[in-house]
Amino acid sequence: MEIVDLDVTPLRELNQRLHDLRAGDNLTAWRVVNPKGRHNVAVGVDAPVSITIDGHVGYYCAGMNSQAEIVITGNAGPGLAENMMSGVVRVKGSASQYAGATGRGGLLVIEGDAAGRCGISMKGIDIVVRGSVGHMSAFMGQAGRLLVCGDAGEALGDSLYEARLYVRGTVAGLGADCVERPLGDTERADITELLARAGIEGLEPEDFRCYGSARQLYNFQADKFHAYG
Amino acid sequence: MCGIVGLYLKNETLRPKIGALFAPMLREMTERGPDSAGIAIYRNPASGSALKVTLAHDDARFDWAGLAADLAQALDVEVAVEHLSTHAVLTLDGEETVIRQWLDRHHPDVRITAVGQVIEIFKEVGLPQQVIDRFGIERMTGSHIIGHTRMATESAVTTAGSHPFSTGSDLCLVHNGSLSNHPRLRDWLKRHAGMRFQTENDTEVAAAYLTWRLAEGDGLREALGHALRDLDGFYTFAIGTRDGFAVLRDPIACKPAVLAETDDWVAMASEYRSLAHLPGVENAKVWEPAPATIYAWGSA
Repeated sequence: MEIVDLDVTPLRELNQRLHDLRAGDNLTAWRVVNPKGRHNVAVGVDAPVSITIDGHVGYYCAGMNSQAEIVITGNAGPGLAENMMSGVVRVKGSASQYAGATGRGGLLVIEGDAAGRCGISMKGIDIVVRGSVGHMSAFMGQAGRLLVCGDAGEALGDSLYEARLYVRGTVAGLGADCVERPLGDTERADITELLARAGIEGLEPEDFRCYGSARQLYNFQADKFHAYG
Repeated sequence: MCGIVGLYLKNETLRPKIGALFAPMLREMTERGPDSAGIAIYRNPASGSALKVTLAHDDARFDWAGLAADLAQALDVEVAVEHLSTHAVLTLDGEETVIRQWLDRHHPDVRITAVGQVIEIFKEVGLPQQVIDRFGIERMTGSHIIGHTRMATESAVTTAGSHPFSTGSDLCLVHNGSLSNHPRLRDWLKRHAGMRFQTENDTEVAAAYLTWRLAEGDGLREALGHALRDLDGFYTFAIGTRDGFAVLRDPIACKPAVLAETDDWVAMASEYRSLAHLPGVENAKVWEPAPATIYAWGSA
């Protein structure tokens, strides 16, 4: 176990050491202590290693993550796992706004709540939130899945493309072109798989409702020209 | 950018430590606002009908005792004066408008930063740590504090353009964001409400707007409700009142804000790291305020 104390080691040095990792390196388990809300902790990791960050992080933690499994034991600031490519990012506390934004792959698990714009413009990432998500979550989501065990805020899935959204609690409001969809076999399998990968027990697919795109905003419609303003 | 922080104590036994609890909150926001910093502290209520007036002057050697003596003679009242760096707090029995007129006539270079029975506002250019040291914030006692670290975007880096802004008796406002309709609103408030402005700062317009709404008879919640309609732009506001504080984000809520609450205190900050040292924060209820929603404690 490699332990890095951010009260002693500069953040740039930590991130550079993580960037220098290659598949097959011996240092596969890392522990980062005293993050104290610092920004950009463990951004841009591209190696199959596990990293535990012991405490709270600021903006953009685990951004662009590839392959690594990153666990944050505290809360995370805005932009957690932004544009993640693969791997797993798990935050034990809550995450601030736009967690998992533009993510292309991998799994983001938020054990507490996520604030507004969770999964905005998601492009293939899977996001599981044990608590609730704030307003405008999955805005312009293009691909991937967002599963929320609690409630969703205003304008869920506004201008959605093909991301699939699952919410167990109440939805304050659906965004433009987002509609409820029936829960079929594909959707049930999605929910079962996501709950299992996130390590959440005691919930069933039938507890959730599914939301997706009505596909009315895909193309410019000449006869609705007046509505485009 | 800019950083905003607020600490409201529910447990009165913590009051002697409020400065020590608050200073690290402000210091953590240095990267968000290195240009200037300021605080509004609620402490040492003036007795009876007396008023506390916080004044500022660019010259730290300004003769506050002389000003106080002249004012005492002119108004025929006793004036107590406490001098802190570039600021001074006068305590006296007198009408606010009369005091303002006298200062306008005799000391136009003196700025009034706060008026009320409880509030005092101190603000200066420089890093938060410099401002903390200059005013001895770490040693302060009181019931609640609102603070701001500024990264100037809309107007010049000056003491007058620093936050908090006074919005009336015992009221103040700090702001993270930028308002887009402040020139037109400033003109309107000048012409229709007789408001006066000291700076070109957008937040001063928001402060004047709230002052005007409150003078029109709104309660704080009503005034903030009107602000949601009339202010255009990005904002997270923290508002200090005589015995409470309030938080409001615009309907888009891009500007960050975190709230935390325990049985002993309520705290807000632009980032969680400003709250991480507070006693009991590990078991606090921590959340982000929802868009266009007024959160208030005390009788705010």
